[in-house]
Amino acid sequence: MSTAKPSPSSSPAAADWRQRALGRLSDYGPYIALAALLVVCAISSPSFRRPQNLINITRQISYSGIIAIGMTFVIIGGGIDLSVGSLLAFAGSVGIIAMNHCDNPLLAVVVAIVVSIAIGTACGALNGALITVGKIPPFIVTLGTLSIFRSLTLYIANAGLLTSKHELFARFGGMIILGIPLPAWLLLLLTIIGAIILQQTRFGRYICAVGSNERVARYAAINTSLIKFSTYVIAGFLAGISAVLLGGRLSSLSSTTAGLSYELDAIAAAIIGGTAMAGGRGSVIGTLAGALILGIVSNVLDMWGVSVNLQGTVKGVVIIIAVLIQRQR
Amino acid sequence: MPEKAAAILLETDSLAKAYDGVLVLSDISLQVKPGIILGIIGENGAGKSTLTKCLNGMTQPSGGRVIFQGEELRELSVADAIAKGIVTIPQEFNLVSDLNVYENIFLGHEPRNAWGLLDRPAMRAKARELLATLNAHLDPERRIATLSVAEKQMVEIAKALTSPCRLLIMDEPTTVLNQREVATLFTVMRRLRDQGTSILYISHKLKEVREICDEVIVLRDGQFISHDPIGALDEAEMARRMVGRDMSQLFPPKASPPADAECVLDVRSLHVPGLLHDISFSLRRGEILGFAGLVGSGRTELAETLYGLHPMQSGSITLFGQPYRPSSPARAIAAGLAYLSEDRQGSGVLVDFSVANNVTLSSLRQYCRPFISKSRENARAQHYVDAFHIRAPGIDAPLRSLSGGNQQKVAIAKGLDTAPKLFIFDEPTRGIDINAKSEVYAFIRRLLDQGISCLLISSDLEEVIGMCNRVAVMRAGSIAGEVSGDQLNEDEIMYLATGVK
Repeated sequence: MSTAKPSPSSSPAAADWRQRALGRLSDYGPYIALAALLVVCAISSPSFRRPQNLINITRQISYSGIIAIGMTFVIIGGGIDLSVGSLLAFAGSVGIIAMNHCDNPLLAVVVAIVVSIAIGTACGALNGALITVGKIPPFIVTLGTLSIFRSLTLYIANAGLLTSKHELFARFGGMIILGIPLPAWLLLLLTIIGAIILQQTRFGRYICAVGSNERVARYAAINTSLIKFSTYVIAGFLAGISAVLLGGRLSSLSSTTAGLSYELDAIAAAIIGGTAMAGGRGSVIGTLAGALILGIVSNVLDMWGVSVNLQGTVKGVVIIIAVLIQRQR
Repeated sequence: MPEKAAAILLETDSLAKAYDGVLVLSDISLQVKPGIILGIIGENGAGKSTLTKCLNGMTQPSGGRVIFQGEELRELSVADAIAKGIVTIPQEFNLVSDLNVYENIFLGHEPRNAWGLLDRPAMRAKARELLATLNAHLDPERRIATLSVAEKQMVEIAKALTSPCRLLIMDEPTTVLNQREVATLFTVMRRLRDQGTSILYISHKLKEVREICDEVIVLRDGQFISHDPIGALDEAEMARRMVGRDMSQLFPPKASPPADAECVLDVRSLHVPGLLHDISFSLRRGEILGFAGLVGSGRTELAETLYGLHPMQSGSITLFGQPYRPSSPARAIAAGLAYLSEDRQGSGVLVDFSVANNVTLSSLRQYCRPFISKSRENARAQHYVDAFHIRAPGIDAPLRSLSGGNQQKVAIAKGLDTAPKLFIFDEPTRGIDINAKSEVYAFIRRLLDQGISCLLISSDLEEVIGMCNRVAVMRAGSIAGEVSGDQLNEDEIMYLATGVK
């Protein structure tokens, strides 16, 4: 039953090869950009390449970087979480209030860690439940909880600063291991764990499937609600971790500014790192590269003496260029 | 008027179309005279729809020329085509269901009054007039949502006729009509032809083509095969030219399970509110049962209910000797069911995922301990690629780079990888080419030989008749009857499907 089919010319194969090569290139795009940025900055600014400055950058990006890992899961699963910044402030504030009820310093720090992470996880679960059980679009739900969590934080802190009475908390937050700050270590560790979950486990594959086409996923016997719910729980859990680290850094949290606009940094890091805004595809390691790019850009702008007020413009341009490059695929 | 334009309305010269480097239409040269009904026949994937899209501006040909009324058409847009009098009635209706009949008829070119506002009285009057010429006595004020399928089609035709129409393209217009409605449609078509309009009538229903067309063009695998007066071809010859070989070779010999094979599925009085009423049937091991019926008769809903996508209200199901109450696809798969969805890209495969990742999507658990073993996954995918002759750049290639037929094979592989004992195929050959089709039939036959039972839902009557010994015909959410043996023919099935002799 062989029919004489017009033999395909060589051009589609060539086009296919070119497309794949381009695809490869844009897979590595964030890392190439990061490397190029490092070289340019290191050459142009002696103060940039000082080890202490580089270590500072890793610390600075850790807080929103850890949140960005969660954001990557949420976006790949086809959602968005705008509430993570407020959620961080709320979880951290409750953690500090709880620790101030303890007199034993060590116990107090443990309480702060456990309470912040528990509150973060619970708030993430609330987001997830509203989205999957309540069937409300994620943008709406997390816009609502963004407002709720911030308002609750302002209420419990009287719109002021919550300070830990334990000096150990600041020692914990400022801990340096092998010359690298604790938050940076955690960012690295969580990135590796996140990358393994996303690439090597059934759960990770299912997140991509749900974000790629939820209907297909449902027909393939995937519990799509549970998968989507889990991504918000992960985002909340990581926001909780970030909250303790941020609180421990200065031994206090400002109810008005803690975590403010972290959701934007987290979304930006994920997008720059190659995660598709429409879901279905992305990489946790790419997100780390995205967070580093954002951190280095804002650091080097400081070094060059560019007005702080202009840094938002540069950040915005970087995000738009990243999306433009993604579009080319 | 130049004489040439009068003699030939439309001419194509070496027309070709390629999608992503794959030729779907090549070297088509044909001529359409004014005032005739020209049938264009061919199997799914023969290029019929692509040809019409090149003529009505939906897509641009990759090569060749189209000459309409003596003028070459270049960079044709849909609006240009309509302005020139090339009007298409699409296979799927383009009507806004919340607007009424006359609003739809004039959608996009509404008459205005002196104030620049909608001239509703004129629209109403003109719509009534148009519908009267079609012998369709419809109230122009009725909402589209309240119309029957046949009435909607009349609205589509009326809409087409609001602009002067020289060439009317009808793509499978009778798929959803019963015989009485088809007769009305044919009367309208003859009247239009007698008024000088030419009609391109796309169909694969050969009997209807013989009844209505003056001439017939056969396409196969994107190639022009023949153009003859209708009297020159009988149905068997048309079929032979469409398929390129005897139809009997398309289908494997029918499977006949032993009479004492155990019953694997027994459905009694299944009821799903608003979808299915009082469904009863049974299926034996290694048997294939066909499900025929019109679009919307509840066949897909029945399959989805068994697969756990719609909650059942009452009735009982016995699956492999155990009582079975579907609750979720995961439960259905665990019970030994697989379902190939009719909507391949909407609910069947992930076009962004690779071949390997699609194949293992429903059966991923087997590959995890706890991390996914990519080597086992790839080995499995390679097994299916070899067994089913899946033509793909590689098992890591995204599915969007595969043709429809090869995507369908991946979708079947995905179902098979869960090791089902009962496989439900819903329109398994829709939109795939003839070779892939015959391969799909061969797979189904192989499954039956292995003792896997199948349900085959199809709108293609030749397919259900060619594959099954027994066919259940559904109408309006229930089983209107079951045909087998001598009764297993198109007339009997259509009678049960429409309720009209």
